[in-house]
Amino acid sequence: MSIKDKNTAAQSDILMNIKDISLSFGGLKALLNVNLHIKKGEILAIIGPNGAGKSSMLNVISGIYVPQKGTVEWKGKLRKKIAPHNIARMGIARTFQNIALFRGMTALENILTGRNILMKRNLFHEMFYIGKGRRQEEEHRKKVEEIIDYLEIQSIRKTPVARLPYGLQKRVELGRALALEPELLLLDEPMAGMNVEEKEDMCRFILDVNDQFGTTIVLIEHDMGVVMDISDRVAVLDYGIKIADGTPDKVRSEQKVIDAYLGVG
Amino acid sequence: MFYRESGQFKTSYKADQAILPIFQDRVAMVFMLLVAFVVIPIFANDYWLGSILVPFLVLSLAALGLNVLTGYAGQISLGTAGFMAVGAFAAFNLQIRIPEVPFLLAFVWGGLWAALVGVIFGLPSLRIKGFYLAVATLAAQFFIEWLFTHFDWFTNHSTSGVITSPPMEMFGISFDNPLNKYLLVLAIVVLFAFAVRNLVRSEIGRAWMAVRDMDIAAEALGINLMKTKLLAFGVSSFICGVSGALWAYVFLGTVEPQAFDIIRSFEILFMIVIGGLGSVAGAFLGAGFIVLLPILLNNLGTLFTGGQVSTGTIAHIEYMVFGAFIIFFLIIEPNGLARLWQTGKEKLRLWPFPY
Repeated sequence: MSIKDKNTAAQSDILMNIKDISLSFGGLKALLNVNLHIKKGEILAIIGPNGAGKSSMLNVISGIYVPQKGTVEWKGKLRKKIAPHNIARMGIARTFQNIALFRGMTALENILTGRNILMKRNLFHEMFYIGKGRRQEEEHRKKVEEIIDYLEIQSIRKTPVARLPYGLQKRVELGRALALEPELLLLDEPMAGMNVEEKEDMCRFILDVNDQFGTTIVLIEHDMGVVMDISDRVAVLDYGIKIADGTPDKVRSEQKVIDAYLGVG
Repeated sequence: MFYRESGQFKTSYKADQAILPIFQDRVAMVFMLLVAFVVIPIFANDYWLGSILVPFLVLSLAALGLNVLTGYAGQISLGTAGFMAVGAFAAFNLQIRIPEVPFLLAFVWGGLWAALVGVIFGLPSLRIKGFYLAVATLAAQFFIEWLFTHFDWFTNHSTSGVITSPPMEMFGISFDNPLNKYLLVLAIVVLFAFAVRNLVRSEIGRAWMAVRDMDIAAEALGINLMKTKLLAFGVSSFICGVSGALWAYVFLGTVEPQAFDIIRSFEILFMIVIGGLGSVAGAFLGAGFIVLLPILLNNLGTLFTGGQVSTGTIAHIEYMVFGAFIIFFLIIEPNGLARLWQTGKEKLRLWPFPY
């Protein structure tokens, strides 16, 4: 499937539609009358200078923030306020800007934790490690091993994550989010602080995930090279206002975007 | 040289997820259980069984319970002794009012009440963490002690405020001599240690550790913080409740509420800090350190001074040496004796080679 086909196919299939939202913290307007839609199966990058409202946008998408004005539609239905732990159940997973791994656990346990909501809790079974409690541990381990193979981290599966280098920690965190088998994956600066090779690896994983599992990906990233290379669409925010939205090439040449990044003369 | 897992290949996830995946660990576990169940009963005398090993085991169980809450789920509690008291008094009251109830059932009943009280006093954990939570659980400690002291219904209107545990009998066996008591406590403690070990390597344990390590990320993975924390309070308090019932029934016999005072709570907290937070073995090592080391020091003190120095002076020196030991172990390994043991095992895998 060429990129063009993918875009036309996705057009009819909107995963999330954010209409005219405004979000403010006290007097600070983080987002102002923003419209944004997320198409099924695309890679959407949200960029903008510091303080433009990118992270706020991501938190609105994931449902942690509820905008004061405007509506969010998820798969064509109006989304109400949801408890933070129910976001994952809707099929939305995320990684964090600063690594938020469980430092006391191994890489394997971290990724297994991502499958916790797919497991059934039974105190008695788990206490004696019998029945369904035992079977589900073994079944989900299989799935987790697939993710481990996929991300090429077999050799570190039993290493406590606190001992891993930065790039691998980021990879484990991606694996943990993938373990949820999400429809929408939110990545908050997945390449921050990485060297070129680590970035290349991460790009490859993001593209592969999008391609193989059809996972829709929304990412925030500062590395413009990466953004322009891997995204299908780019949305640009500046001071809480969306100033551009379109293919990387189109966005790159827009005067407003150039002004926002370089400042107006 | 002997502790090396090379050649032990796992061919299934089932084998890899076994409770003790390494062969040498399984051998060591069987050996330890054999010593505890067979060798010690043959060789130990009544003093050792009744006055040293039984309290050691009961306090290990309480430390295990607190370790579930503090070590695994990351919620600090200073109400441990309070939850133990609930277990003891609930078990006592059930048996006093319905004498036909077997004592093991009364222990479970005590555990259930402690779990209920633990969950109620765990509610503040939904909003506060760390030191503030510790202070909130302190309320449980003082409230429970006050309740059992001031309402004599709980002590069955005993004028002295003391309860005397009913005799323990089951299947025609009377648990009245130190040997039977020791075996009873040992069996219960081993059962709980096994259950906790299973819990912490399953879905529930991962949820607890996730909440402990990074609650925001845990929530983003769909873990319900409220349910997870309250479950930790419930399970932890259940274990503490059973250990409280054992403390009353098996070790003390006659109990006043002051047997479960704040000092006891601190003592159990020290056990898991010294033994190792988030480790089943740590609960036992910590309890061993706090219970057995002073006795060892006492014997050594008497041995070395040969009666030349007054017992008062010896007692003071013991305290000082004991304190020095605590500081020493915390400096060389802040993560507790269990981690020290772990590091030792990792070194042993390579020995005699440097790496």
